[in-house]
Amino acid sequence: MTYRNPPTTPRKSATFDDYTLSEIRRAAATGIYDIRGAGAKRKLPHFDDLLFLGASISRYPLEGYRERCDTSVVLGSRHAKKPIELKIPITIAGMSFGSLSGPAKEALGRGATLSGTSTTTGDGGMTEEERGHSKQLVYQYLPSRYGMNPRDLRRADAIEVVVGQGAKPGGGGMLLGQKISDRVAEMRTLPKGIDQRSASRHPDWTGPDDLEIKILELREITDWEKPIYVKVGGARPYYDTALAVKAGADVVVVDGMQGGTAATQEVFIENVGQPTLACIRPAVQALQDLGMHRKVQLIVSGGIRNGADVAKALALGVDAVSIGTAALVALGDNDPRWEAEYNELGTTAGAYDDWHEGRDPAGITTQDPELMKRVDPVAAGRRLANYLKVMTLEAQTIARACGKNSLHNLEPEDLVALTIEAAAMAGVPLAGTNWIPGKNGF
Amino acid sequence: MTATKLSKAATHDHASRIFDLDVSSLRELNQALHNLTPGSNETAWEVLHPKGSHSVAVGVDQPVTIDVRGSVGYYCGGMNSGSTITVHGSAGPGVGENMMSGSIIVKGDASQYAGATGRGGLLVIEGNASSRCGISMKGIDIVVHGNIGHMSAFMAQSGNLVVLGDAGDALGDSIYEARLFVRGKVDSLGADCIAKEMRPEHLQLLQGLLDRAGVTGVKPTEFKRYGSARTLYNFNIDNADAY
Repeated sequence: MTYRNPPTTPRKSATFDDYTLSEIRRAAATGIYDIRGAGAKRKLPHFDDLLFLGASISRYPLEGYRERCDTSVVLGSRHAKKPIELKIPITIAGMSFGSLSGPAKEALGRGATLSGTSTTTGDGGMTEEERGHSKQLVYQYLPSRYGMNPRDLRRADAIEVVVGQGAKPGGGGMLLGQKISDRVAEMRTLPKGIDQRSASRHPDWTGPDDLEIKILELREITDWEKPIYVKVGGARPYYDTALAVKAGADVVVVDGMQGGTAATQEVFIENVGQPTLACIRPAVQALQDLGMHRKVQLIVSGGIRNGADVAKALALGVDAVSIGTAALVALGDNDPRWEAEYNELGTTAGAYDDWHEGRDPAGITTQDPELMKRVDPVAAGRRLANYLKVMTLEAQTIARACGKNSLHNLEPEDLVALTIEAAAMAGVPLAGTNWIPGKNGF
Repeated sequence: MTATKLSKAATHDHASRIFDLDVSSLRELNQALHNLTPGSNETAWEVLHPKGSHSVAVGVDQPVTIDVRGSVGYYCGGMNSGSTITVHGSAGPGVGENMMSGSIIVKGDASQYAGATGRGGLLVIEGNASSRCGISMKGIDIVVHGNIGHMSAFMAQSGNLVVLGDAGDALGDSIYEARLFVRGKVDSLGADCIAKEMRPEHLQLLQGLLDRAGVTGVKPTEFKRYGSARTLYNFNIDNADAY
């Protein structure tokens, strides 16, 4: 019998892991960066790293099925004659017609309206589907200005000036040729079938002083009726929030890097911007420093999944949250029932993110007339409403346990963090300690 | 509106509604313009002492004439739908931005982004226009009697830009289907913008634009046409240097 040395177990590199290797091979074969939809997929400090303390001897709870816990919120009371009143502090984020199918936009409108909340247009103008089915519709004012017109501006319930989004702060929109149907092309005043790379900067203003003048123009055109939001990606949340307030915003929307996009470069999504959790306290701090907390409302988005996330965001000082990816999942995105078709596309349910290719088996991120029939706007809208209801009930459950008769009475003192990173970002103590990293010089 | 703030002018052959921004606020002016309904007989308006005010006569959606006696700040005539606005002075950034229809005439010069994202109507600059004139234009016609600055017609999607003078650097960068006509020299063309043949239909189109803009003594044959080479319409890695 020959002696063989004990073999070493094959060892893969943590640095050059399988995903990294596959990406190098893909880049070498194609010569083009990877484009995909959705937000950052890497592990990030998030709301999961926070816990509520609940009631104790010094804090008494409210009865779960008896005592009222208010969930309503008013957005835009600073300057607008007609602020938006929402029954729940969860709104639907901007997603364009073009990136989404008409039935998907209609379903978002139906679900939001059933739930007493707002939905938002996107980088493609306002469609009749969403205006007709959304009781409260926020009209995005984007660098591309696709489909922008004063009639839609006036029939919107609020205007959101989009400076950036969490998935790609500093990046413009991208809609590739395969999704440019006749209708999408017409709305965007562009030839059918070409790749649309919409601008990353607004064409007619630059910087906070111009923004103030631009907001004035939008207010004048709409006779000071509409709340004006300013949406920024999670880049410099303290300064961006302060500058938006200075420019006259009624509402500031901060979108962290887990916030989704219809399409952009993977390298951009994963490497630019800050996690949602890291954006909240600086934004709240800016409002507090200016004496504008609760006067200018703060909406935060990017990775909100359940009522606990909602409650944690509100406890950190946010007025409302916004959901995009989660809303699409409620409509049917990445549903395992289409697994065979996901497999044909080289992916699996839960991982499908080639939204830009327009071949979505679930019929949501497509302009294919056959695929989009898979979305029943009424049923999908109902699912979204159910999901929003569950999130709200979950948030109320937590708030009552903390003794709060309004979701907006949740406060940082109700929270602790499980990790040092989350404690530092959220500005709450590490669990079991009274240590808030970065506070008092420590 | 109080009677002291508004008066009928007797100095014109038709009664004109005069709005003095020394006396009335911008808000009052724009609200009065927005209150106009189809068929209103208040078809002629005059704005006095604009003194560089921003957002003068924005979002007007009735076919009235508005004479602004002086220079204006940002976004004069923004999102105009059907009115005829004449600025008897110079205009700040974004004059006629996102105009839908109607016309705006600037007797003096225009600052940056004149006619940005405009979707229709006619914008005439009788002086010079600064940088980014016609940026992202989506159907508007723009006629500039003088010169235009750099990066004009950036990402211009549709419509016509006519320049009687010269154009600065990077004209028509990343242009889509807009047509550019320049009579003088062009410092440089932007990515994917090329000189194109002037065919009879273009000469005819240009003559029509010159006529509408009240330009006389200038022939369409004096212009060169520029537009998209359409090489960047779909991503190709071999074009990466152009981006």
